[in-house]
Amino acid sequence: MYTFILRRLLSTIPVLLVVAVLVFLMLRLTPGDPAAILAGDAASTEQIAQIRSSLGLNRSIPVQFGIWAGNLLQGEFGRSYFYKMEVTQLIAQRIEPTLALATLTIVIAVLVSVPLGVLAAWRFGGWFDRALMGFSVLGFSVPVFVLAYLLIWIMSLKLGWFPVQGYKRLADGFWPFLHHLILPAITLSVIYIALIARVTRASVLEALGEDYIRTARAKGLPEARVLMRHALANAAVPIATVIGIGIALLIGGVVVTESVYAIPGLGRLTVDAVLARDFPTVQAVILLFSFAYVVINLLVDMSYVVFDPRIRY
Amino acid sequence: MNRKIAAAVLLAAVAGGTAVHASAQEKVLRVVPHSNLSILDPIWTTQFMARNHGYMIYDTLFGTDEKNRVQPQMVDKWTVSPDNRLWTFTLRPGLEFHDGKPVTGEDVVASIARWGKRDAMGQKLMTFVERMDAPAPNTFRIFLREACGIMLEALGKPSSNVPFIMPKRVADTPADKQIEEYIGSGPYIFKRDEFKPGDKAVYVKNPKYEPRKEAPSGTAGGKFVYVDRVEWNLALRDAQAQVNALAKGEVDVLERPAFESYEQLKKADGVVLVNKDPLGFQYMARFNHLHPPFNNPKVRQAALAAMQQEPFLRAQVGIKEYYKACPSMFTCGTPYGSAKGSDIQSKSNMKKAQELLKASGYDGTPVVILKPTDLAAIQKLPDVAAQLLRQAGFKVDLQAMDWNTVVSRRAKKEPPAQGGWNIFLTAWLAPDVWNPLTNAAIGADGEKSWFGWPKDEAIEKLRDQFARETDEAKKKALAEAIQVRAFEIGTHAPLGEYVNPLAARKNITGWVIGSGDIYWNVKKN
Amino acid sequence: MDTQALSVESANIARRESAWQRLQQHWSVRIGGAVLILLVLAALCAPWLGTVDPTLFDAASRDLRPGQSGEITTLDGELIKHQFLMGSDSFGRDIYSRVVYGTRVSLLVGIATAVLALAFGIVFGLSSGYLRWLDGPLMRVMDGLMAIPAILLAITLVAMWRASLVTVVVAIAITEVPRVTRLVRSLVLSIREEPYVEAAVSLGTSTLRIMFGHILPNCIAPLIVQGTYICASAILVEAILSFLGVGLPPDIPTWGNIMSEGRVQFMAYPHNLFFPGVFLAVTVLAVNILGDGLRDTLDPKMARRL
Repeated sequence: MYTFILRRLLSTIPVLLVVAVLVFLMLRLTPGDPAAILAGDAASTEQIAQIRSSLGLNRSIPVQFGIWAGNLLQGEFGRSYFYKMEVTQLIAQRIEPTLALATLTIVIAVLVSVPLGVLAAWRFGGWFDRALMGFSVLGFSVPVFVLAYLLIWIMSLKLGWFPVQGYKRLADGFWPFLHHLILPAITLSVIYIALIARVTRASVLEALGEDYIRTARAKGLPEARVLMRHALANAAVPIATVIGIGIALLIGGVVVTESVYAIPGLGRLTVDAVLARDFPTVQAVILLFSFAYVVINLLVDMSYVVFDPRIRY
Repeated sequence: MNRKIAAAVLLAAVAGGTAVHASAQEKVLRVVPHSNLSILDPIWTTQFMARNHGYMIYDTLFGTDEKNRVQPQMVDKWTVSPDNRLWTFTLRPGLEFHDGKPVTGEDVVASIARWGKRDAMGQKLMTFVERMDAPAPNTFRIFLREACGIMLEALGKPSSNVPFIMPKRVADTPADKQIEEYIGSGPYIFKRDEFKPGDKAVYVKNPKYEPRKEAPSGTAGGKFVYVDRVEWNLALRDAQAQVNALAKGEVDVLERPAFESYEQLKKADGVVLVNKDPLGFQYMARFNHLHPPFNNPKVRQAALAAMQQEPFLRAQVGIKEYYKACPSMFTCGTPYGSAKGSDIQSKSNMKKAQELLKASGYDGTPVVILKPTDLAAIQKLPDVAAQLLRQAGFKVDLQAMDWNTVVSRRAKKEPPAQGGWNIFLTAWLAPDVWNPLTNAAIGADGEKSWFGWPKDEAIEKLRDQFARETDEAKKKALAEAIQVRAFEIGTHAPLGEYVNPLAARKNITGWVIGSGDIYWNVKKN
Repeated sequence: MDTQALSVESANIARRESAWQRLQQHWSVRIGGAVLILLVLAALCAPWLGTVDPTLFDAASRDLRPGQSGEITTLDGELIKHQFLMGSDSFGRDIYSRVVYGTRVSLLVGIATAVLALAFGIVFGLSSGYLRWLDGPLMRVMDGLMAIPAILLAITLVAMWRASLVTVVVAIAITEVPRVTRLVRSLVLSIREEPYVEAAVSLGTSTLRIMFGHILPNCIAPLIVQGTYICASAILVEAILSFLGVGLPPDIPTWGNIMSEGRVQFMAYPHNLFFPGVFLAVTVLAVNILGDGLRDTLDPKMARRL
């Protein structure tokens, strides 16, 4: 088991290296000059050139990469071109909202979708099943921001239940924190409810077709026990997989949600940094996201051991 | 080192710790500025956000009141020698930086020097200056090589770059590097520990600030502070969300609402629109004089004839009370805002433009117009320009990109096909364009001038004379002559003026009339 | 319950399942296909469906409600009367025309992205599955690409380059290639071991012929299904890119664009978001339903997975 984890962790290194190189090249090989933006409106060509060399952008790309990678290994992610602070500090400021939003979204999504999927599989072919399948396709066909505006209009402006925008730090009180986060989390969770419900339904359906279910029913076990203990547990592997994929996809959805609800998180930070050509920040955030993705995949794979004793690493 | 610790202690004491919970008594003004605050050095960049930040925490030697007269602010009195070559200024008593140190003449001299390296008008002023010194702590002197008529106008200019006064150690930062310390002597103190880029910027009242006795007017007069905290909400950038937030009372002020928002704002409960800046802004279209087709003055004239101001204003602003056409390159209603020479644009029509274009020998080179996709205030202008130029017979290549890319591209002197440009459009605050020296588009010194790089010796000579001239009537005549010449050679196309009233909750009062975004004197009832 | 009843019961379930599945197949493919055909027709016949040039605007016709009439200035300078079926935006452009022409772009983005991603994915997947020495490094690169959040990758590519149709298609396609590569690779790995492939190898058939003649035909079904999902995803991603301000330039009307420009005054003039939003949702829905139907018909094995 432990060698498995170790091997997996080691194999993340080449992946992260690939990510680092890809992102680095992407930023530097495309037009877009941070020096010109930094220099301001009335700058001369000499001033821009000066800034370029002070940022180290006038050196060859391999050299620049070497310097950046070297710093990275020492734990230094560099300094933002614009904000006069360490990138790590910038990220630390913005990570809480994104983490909070993502966590609440996953919690809502799993709590809602798994029971729905189980129910649909149990009542296979019935009206509930068909309704769920219909709504789930709708769920991942509507773009997040359209859903966001709709929900804001109904729940915030018309009904007045939630604030229109904004984020309150956990340190300022649990209820305001939650209150501001509910609407964005609901908005974002719809697509994941759709996805996870579908997979739950399909795998529970498959599990329900197996012999051991017939045996369990023949033993006279209550239906609920059959569903939860036997069907769901055996269906857990694909469900865990799709939850893992969902968490990884979440990062993309977070960007739009943060934009509409004015949540100062990592998603917005990245978009702003890309538009401002703030290379160090973009590089650091994308590396961070990629690392999170890899770790989540590892955790999901490890969870298989819990769900399926047949799987041994 | 001790001073820094003292400053930190002072700031901490004033702030009362990092746990941010406004007490019931504390008045917090929640502002949504028009853009994100990324650069905190108002001398380094001309960005309006940096300037607004500067007005919060710094003070200026002179200010410009709502009648566009220069008034003393930090300066108490000043004398000029009979030959106009020695200016001696005395500072008001009791001026102190946020770290407790008094403001001295040395700080002033260093600040002016740094500003004079970056600002266009400041650079012009510095060409006259022989040296500056501070003979006594509360005095400073400027020695001129020859008389110049722009001393007070320059030192009191309301908009970018504003000669804010910083401590000497900060002002000594080389002009091509950004400052790293944000200590000023202004009415608010910057809470650096609470600054979260892209999220919020926080300013607290400076209890030790002593405002002048006069009523506030423009950037002059007494800077009284009636709130305890000002929070700039940098995260709320979606225009509809801004309107919703103001309507629900989640924020207090929208600094510059999008024009499409006004309809909803007018209907919102508890919201008022305040036109505190009647002089407003000016739109302009800038030609690239280095490359075809606009390296041919006749083609520029044809373009000027085609680009009537009405269509631009109607499309972009839309609300009749908020815009007006102004046939002057300088702000209408200010001393130099005359209409002389502007007939080529103001008295033209599309037929004339088409004729001029045919006569100019235009060969069909496509005109590359840079269109920013993320600046609501000027987003529609390039489309109007494209439509009008096409109607006149031009071939147009409208290229869309985000504003930062526009900023990088307009600095490029390469031909349009290799990453350059032919036209870009932008907006200025009235004080940025109201005289021939601050107006960056009028400068015609070839590659040393503002993006577009026109070259014309006649204009440069007239501008020089303008700088030296002390008689107001003569200055007006010179400005007229400059404008006539500028329209003749087609430096750029002024596209009319507009106001952008702010939207605030009913209980916010005390707005100061004048240019720029000013948050002193504001009351939250 | 006795075993006989149980077995009858399960047989019934199986039969119900296959009957219902067949119903669903037909239903999905038919409905999804029909909607898409309608949209393609609308896109092709755009100029004849009562539309005007979608870039024309007139400040006098700003913000008209759906159904109102107004005027438009053509490029020659003449003023024409026009009824704005879906209202006008804040420029004064006809939303109906923009939505119909936007069908072209959205469908083009969807299909082009799918084709591009499939093409590259097939090449990479085949090479990776068949040529062992290439497998390791190529899959590492693909893993790396997959690790970068797709939206951020797309935003970076489009923002850094120029906002154009090609850039957007390439940017979105790049994010989809790794998944296709993995799919093809896993198919290749399983098909390689089949007897007829071994026979072909022993007969001396060239690698290329084996790849394209034997292995590829067996991948077609799952690839088509994957292609439809990529198409749906691409259309959505383009809308999101436009919404964030890094999509196609606004003078090329796309549904994402129209919504992005209309979001400023969503509350006052919801038609800016409503009409393109409905078209977007319906299109993506149709593609997804079509994909589901195709999957159920062509590749029941995959149905288990999703």
